[in-house]
Amino acid sequence: MSQAHEASLTEHGGHGDDHAHDHHPFHQHHFATMEQQFDASKIGMWLFLATEILLFGGLFVGFGIMQSKHSAAFIAGHHHLDWQMGALNTCFLLISSFTMVMAVWAASNNRNGNKQGILVTNLLLTLGFAGGFMVVKYFEYSHKIHDGLLPGKFFHYTGPDLVPNMFVFFSFYFMMTGLHGFHVLGGMGAITYLIIRSLKGDYTSDYFTPVDLIGLYWHLVDLIWIYLFPLLYLIS
Amino acid sequence: MADVIASPAVHTADHGHHADYLSDPEHKGIWSWMNTVDHKRLGVMYLWCVLAAFFVGGLFALLVRLELMHPGEDFMNAEQYNQAFTLHGAIMVFLFIIPSIPAALGNFILPLMLGAKDVAFPRLNLASFWVYVTGAIMAVTSIVVGGVDTGWTFYTPYSTSTGGAVTMMTMSVFVLGFSSIFTGINFVATVHKLRAPGMGWFQLPLFVWGIYATAIIQVLATPVLGITMVLLVMERAFNIGIFDAQIGGDPVLFQHFFWFYSHPAVYIMILPGMAIISEIIPTFSRRTIFGYRLIALSSVAIALIGFLVWGHHMFTSGESALAASIFSFLTFLVAIPSGIKVFNWIATMYKASISLDTPMLYATSFLLLFGIGGLTGIFLGALSVDIHLHDTYFVVAHFHYVMMGGTVIAFLGGLHYWWPKMFGRMYNESVGKIACGLVFIGFNMTFLTQFFMGSQGMPRRYYTYLDQFQPLHQFSTFGSWVLGAGLMIAAVNLMGALRGPKNAPANPWGGTTLEWQTQSPPITHNFVGQPSIEHNPYDYRNFKVPSDAV
Repeated sequence: MSQAHEASLTEHGGHGDDHAHDHHPFHQHHFATMEQQFDASKIGMWLFLATEILLFGGLFVGFGIMQSKHSAAFIAGHHHLDWQMGALNTCFLLISSFTMVMAVWAASNNRNGNKQGILVTNLLLTLGFAGGFMVVKYFEYSHKIHDGLLPGKFFHYTGPDLVPNMFVFFSFYFMMTGLHGFHVLGGMGAITYLIIRSLKGDYTSDYFTPVDLIGLYWHLVDLIWIYLFPLLYLIS
Repeated sequence: MADVIASPAVHTADHGHHADYLSDPEHKGIWSWMNTVDHKRLGVMYLWCVLAAFFVGGLFALLVRLELMHPGEDFMNAEQYNQAFTLHGAIMVFLFIIPSIPAALGNFILPLMLGAKDVAFPRLNLASFWVYVTGAIMAVTSIVVGGVDTGWTFYTPYSTSTGGAVTMMTMSVFVLGFSSIFTGINFVATVHKLRAPGMGWFQLPLFVWGIYATAIIQVLATPVLGITMVLLVMERAFNIGIFDAQIGGDPVLFQHFFWFYSHPAVYIMILPGMAIISEIIPTFSRRTIFGYRLIALSSVAIALIGFLVWGHHMFTSGESALAASIFSFLTFLVAIPSGIKVFNWIATMYKASISLDTPMLYATSFLLLFGIGGLTGIFLGALSVDIHLHDTYFVVAHFHYVMMGGTVIAFLGGLHYWWPKMFGRMYNESVGKIACGLVFIGFNMTFLTQFFMGSQGMPRRYYTYLDQFQPLHQFSTFGSWVLGAGLMIAAVNLMGALRGPKNAPANPWGGTTLEWQTQSPPITHNFVGQPSIEHNPYDYRNFKVPSDAV
């Protein structure tokens, strides 16, 4: 990514020095150069993503152990999930990852506003696919709620295929997809922020750190779903 | 090192005196503190908070010890006693020790040592502080609204069935975890990207290495604690069926999840202590530290191996013999880097002209106490011995020797070492030494006895005991008073110094690292100009000790 920064590589002197050279408006004073600032932010984002993986990791391990403990209940539970809806959502997120990459590409090549339109369009598309994901999720959730397939003590399903401990599967289903859903909502908020700032023309090849970082975050949200989908919907 | 000099170091003396960060006319009033992004001010605010937590946690400890003066009920019944030791443990671990050295001293010193103007993400640092305050308020609330009696480990199934404010307390731990993660992310990025020109990885002061290794653990372990606490709350609130055996859950799974964080968290606590000792010993020995690279890399080794030993907390909880043997082996393995550090520190002191000022007195206390704490850890890592000693006072004594004799003593040493830098004032040296002596004696009186009781079978967490243990229990309680008195004297000495004039020179101890190159207290932007590296840290052959050093 460093080639994108050559325009603003300026040596930033100490405090009190007289620096008459040009100073990027988003350059924070404690970084010597814009490149240093970008690299630091990127390290910070990767570390944050590592914490996210470990946060979900706890749920994945718990799921694995409970699945081996109650395998019949988990298989019976997963028959109540609609794999077609899950597959549709997988497509939504995969396409949104592509549009996000396009947005990052547009921002990093945005000189004198020549990629401004591509940037905003792709961010809007990403937001749209994320919204589509949540709509599908809404229909899935309301179907489960209607059938009483709920986590823990709220579970009151009484169908013919009821298996003991089936509620544990739905505890994990709702916790995992719920936590993931909150991440999608958070991502939608962040993308909205990007759209507002893009419209102001803040992101150019000299400075597009937020687009890059939120892009990374968005890929992780997609990636977690890529694991959740087969784990929850396609077990046998 | 000549090839890495970027520009001549700029010393404060050449520029006259500047307004320091405490009295900067551009940043005045309470609000300028509350929304400051200055790592020094945040470090100071963290410091007051962790000291307050240390005081409250210490009061609970004194109450626990007082109740144990006699067998049977003195002034607390069993439930109240359970709450008292739970709050002591939870406050000391989550509100005091974990943030103490990294968030308070680390925040202040680490950017200075790197020659940076601030941490990489100053606003995240501010967020970390206020998230910490929020978590602390939740913890205090849980005490007020019903108390917690689970022990700081929140073991299931008791924690999912007992009453009280367990949910509030566990959510507080969840929130405090985010504060810890934010600090960790900040420090890793700062060390990677904000080093002064010419400062390579092996020119980093060892304090930075220790805090860096700590930050890695904070980032990688804390999220697992977070999700564990969420699952515990979910189990309590909605019976999701993961930890409660009555509805098909697995209580031992909670122990695995909890210790996957909490054993690495032990290294979050001790690595910063070791980091401070690595600074104090060369400074007061006036010697290049022995085995710099080994000390630096052993911090990273501890951080990595520390992730693989959590199972040694569950030797008696139904672990397979194979798993237990592997965890036991890895536990022995993790002791090696700690041993490397101790021997390197001693080798540094060998035949040096040591000046036993207060910080160095704490550092030598650390060597002895941490030595005992570390070696008794080897006993507990041995499978057959652990079956006998598990959940006895031997364990209590062991981790207090590491946590208090190690980390807290190092924290006190660090406070005395950097107090002149942080506040620009010297404390009374004689009073400081007396306080250190009392802390050392009181600590050993309190906890050495507990090794004896534990090996004779005194179980931990009981408010009453067999008559045969009474002499040792009473001796331990007397010791806790000596320890408390020593800590109070140290506090009065340090706080009292704040009322005096700013009399500290820039480099009172003759330290070689960059924080001593700026004035005491430092200016808001830390350095006048960009400092650069002229020699390796602790290189006393090429370092001229200033004439005003003590």
